Amino acid sequence: MRVVVAMSGGVDSSVAAALVADAGHEVVGLSMQLYDQRASPETFGSCCSLDDLQDARRVAAAIGFPHYILNLEQEFRQTVVDNFVSEYAAGRTPIPCVHCNADLKFSTLVDRASGFEAGAVATGHYARVTYDEETRRYRLWRSVDRDKDQTYFLFSLTQEQLAHALFPVGHLRKAEVRDVARRLGLTVADKPDSHEICFIPDGDAAGFVDRRLGDEDRTGEIVDSAGKVVGRHRGIHRLTVGQRKGLGLATGTPMYVLKLEPAESRVVVGTRDELGGRSLTARDVNWISGTAPDGPRRLTARIRHRHTDAPARVSPQDNHEASVEFDDPQMAITPGQAVVFYDGEEVVGGGWIA
Amino acid sequence: MRIYLDYNATTPPAAAVIEAVAATLRDEFGNPSSVHSFGQRAKAALDRARGETAALIDADPAEIVFTSGGSEANNLAIRGVFEARLSSGRNQLVTTGIEHEAVLSTVRALEARGADVVVIPATARGVVDASAVADAISDKTALVSIMLANNEIGTVQPVSEIAAACKTRGALLHTDAVQAAGKIPFSVKTLGADLVSISAHKFYGPKGAGALWIRRGVRLTAHTTGGRQERNRRSGTENLPALVGMGVAAALAKADLAASAASVSHLRDRLEAGILSGVPRTVVNGEGAPRVPNTTNISFEGIEAESLLIALDLEGVAVSTGSACSSGSLEPSHVLRAMGLPNNRARNSLRFSLGASTTQAEVDFVVGVLPGLVSKLRRLGRTVEAVR
Repeated sequence: MRVVVAMSGGVDSSVAAALVADAGHEVVGLSMQLYDQRASPETFGSCCSLDDLQDARRVAAAIGFPHYILNLEQEFRQTVVDNFVSEYAAGRTPIPCVHCNADLKFSTLVDRASGFEAGAVATGHYARVTYDEETRRYRLWRSVDRDKDQTYFLFSLTQEQLAHALFPVGHLRKAEVRDVARRLGLTVADKPDSHEICFIPDGDAAGFVDRRLGDEDRTGEIVDSAGKVVGRHRGIHRLTVGQRKGLGLATGTPMYVLKLEPAESRVVVGTRDELGGRSLTARDVNWISGTAPDGPRRLTARIRHRHTDAPARVSPQDNHEASVEFDDPQMAITPGQAVVFYDGEEVVGGGWIA
Repeated sequence: MRIYLDYNATTPPAAAVIEAVAATLRDEFGNPSSVHSFGQRAKAALDRARGETAALIDADPAEIVFTSGGSEANNLAIRGVFEARLSSGRNQLVTTGIEHEAVLSTVRALEARGADVVVIPATARGVVDASAVADAISDKTALVSIMLANNEIGTVQPVSEIAAACKTRGALLHTDAVQAAGKIPFSVKTLGADLVSISAHKFYGPKGAGALWIRRGVRLTAHTTGGRQERNRRSGTENLPALVGMGVAAALAKADLAASAASVSHLRDRLEAGILSGVPRTVVNGEGAPRVPNTTNISFEGIEAESLLIALDLEGVAVSTGSACSSGSLEPSHVLRAMGLPNNRARNSLRFSLGASTTQAEVDFVVGVLPGLVSKLRRLGRTVEAVR
């Protein structure tokens, strides 16, 4: 079978490619160029930069399969970056990686792959897919390496996308992945993991959004939960729910952002106790099986990539929504982040926190 | 089967070229500037290469400056003339939107240093309007740079027509003939240009060798200074093996020019006709304009050219889109955009460039395989279009 491997130039997708090749498949490596690399070569981050694309090419040459770089700058700008900016402007805290996975890697890339008669698309994600003969459905599972699990970013995959997805490193631990890379002599074996948002290598998301939005005044009031004005802020896009630093408040007790109100350009702050929440509504919910459960289910729900999923009652609603009631209060339920539902190791579905 | 249809990117060196390069590396290691017998032999080999290279473009060997290739020749011409003429108050550079990046980036770099840059677009046929260029030339014009043949669509530009306007205004004329040398005959004696760039690896010579012809009397400031080689226009010990290879390639190209042009244009026309009739919604860019005999550039409506390029490569057929950028990714062609074609058509276009080893069987294979690949990609184009 011909398999397209989405290669970022990092160790995970490089090893994914090596494993697919080792399994006897014909590998075609594809990398995505997401920026105009010539405009400002020094500003690129840790994923899909020019050096990373060259790393991917070196891996392809070392293993011996063709590698191509697709120019997806326009798609990336429209489906990832613009959304990122407008989400911040609307008082939410976006996760661009989910859109990049769903709308580029598993959509545009899969489309291109089928044009090359590839039977599957492999990525370096830490996740596992199985096929259930009985229900004739694909199932998505957490990776063996729980610490590296990336299913939080994959909740929106459809049955159609899962049918063509391979996650060759999902059953390995990260250390094993690096071992494979070293054994194969891949130059990326000891390359550091990427953490920050790739198009904001300096980590200054607020500054990035500022530059995109232009000069207009976005300052506003900071109020406490009783409505009393306690300060002013420099723009709600600079803040995220749960944030404590950077508020410039001289109150005695530490104050946290509780809520962003874009219409009034107002920020509500409160104490740590007030930050806990028991319920949320998820919109644009995707159920991995393709169909919503008949009624409420006892599951665990994860509200951030770095959040330990907590027991909750998940009730499907109309219009692709779901309501989530946690057993215990969760800190900083943040609009714009994803909520992903698990049944043990299995990913049941997920949506966007409204 | 591996089919190479990207001769405008580079050509496989001729057997005699490989032999000459290897022999020079092995037997003529001397430095051409050395006084002793080793140096004298090397100098003799260099002079021979200079004569052969000059002959390809009907030039006086003394007017040839060897360079590392076309990009360096273009840089030397533009930067060298601009700097040499700046003190006389001529600070304008006139060029066209369809030039190679080696020219466009160079004039942009000089613009940042005070040059007044005028970039003339091309017509939809891919030919620059000579009168539009002439109108842009003024008493301030230091240099006009216009390519002889375009690398992406193969159209031949009206260099000689522009020469007259340059002469009247005292502007010098440079032509990037990298894609013309070895494909169409021309003589620097009648072309009307004052400086001409060529590159060996475009006519079956080695990479890393090129030349700038500089008409006697043209003043130009050197940019690589040192040991005063190349009549003090380009210092540095000459890359003798590659230059000898270029000389051999130039001699072969000159001897074969008429015959090879006839056979390659026959194959190109067969390929073009086969694609146009076999694949619906295709159009030739630069159709109807004078073109070099080996190049055709075709837009496949509704197709991402980079996808078709990959699909073809997986079938063993090597073609290209516009010039590849540094990462190897594909940009919408600036040439097609300078012709006024919309962005999506620029993203739809593939270049097929044929050469000495191209066979009719290869052309027929490509004509046979394309319709299936294109219709498959067109069916899959929906998501891409939806995203836009």
